[in-house]
Amino acid sequence: MIGVEHYVVVSSILFVLGVLGIFINRKNIIVILMSIELILLAVNINLVAFSAFLHDLTGQIFAMFVLTVAAGEAAVGLAILVIYFRGRGTIAVDDVNRMKG
Amino acid sequence: MIHIIAFYLFAVMTVASGAITILSRNPVHSVLWLILAFFNAAGLMVLTGAEFIAALLVIVYVGAVAVLFLFVVMMLDIDFAELRAGFVRYFPFGALVAIVLLAEIVLGIGAYRAGNLELGTPDGTAATAAGLHNIEAIGGLLFSRYLFLFEAAGVILLVSMIGAIVLTHRERGGTRGQKIAKQNQRRPQDATFNVKPEVGKGVSL
Repeated sequence: MIGVEHYVVVSSILFVLGVLGIFINRKNIIVILMSIELILLAVNINLVAFSAFLHDLTGQIFAMFVLTVAAGEAAVGLAILVIYFRGRGTIAVDDVNRMKG
Repeated sequence: MIHIIAFYLFAVMTVASGAITILSRNPVHSVLWLILAFFNAAGLMVLTGAEFIAALLVIVYVGAVAVLFLFVVMMLDIDFAELRAGFVRYFPFGALVAIVLLAEIVLGIGAYRAGNLELGTPDGTAATAAGLHNIEAIGGLLFSRYLFLFEAAGVILLVSMIGAIVLTHRERGGTRGQKIAKQNQRRPQDATFNVKPEVGKGVSL
């Protein structure tokens, strides 16, 4: 029998994979953005699973809002990435501290 | 039985493609594996009866966000070998952080299973009404109780769209754009006139 615990386990593994992805791909900001998407996906799985578990639709509504924010974040993040690449010719995030005043 | 098989299929595929996403050497492959992860997560959500969120996941992520990623990855000519350089150096620290996080989550679930932390029960105001489809119920809730949040989500999308356009738009010299004011100022009597040249003589323009 599949319970809410199974969903929580899947989403926590996915969340940890996302965090691990941020750490091991420190230089590649594209993969960092993808890892953030993985983390938000894990959150969404959790919200939907508990929404089904509690028979309460609020979780699914909030999953929609998380989806909205994730889409906006991806668009703005990639736009920043594009202008950063135009100015520098690289996307290595180690050099970003050159931006400071 | 079919539920259990489907759940484990989707769950294993989601986790495996998530892992390959972060470990893949080529970001294009990463994006493709990310798409697979989203598809399987949508499958997981369908299993719980959340069809609308599953459809949104496929439409928004696979249709928009993943394609956006793919565009950026392919448009920028990046030396990915150089970006991979720190992989081995960062791996132990990253793995440590991941293990600590996983241990915390497992501990949290264990504590939750032990019970005795009563945070309250849903009051039932947002419960699914009997006999409604998932989409009908979500629509009813979204356009009544969460209307202002819904509008706020729309504003967020608008702001991010304008932000992305403003950030990436650049004025290029040498293009010949439309000058609407100049167009509107032009009158027929200034623009055309009649001449009656004599035979054999040209006209000056």
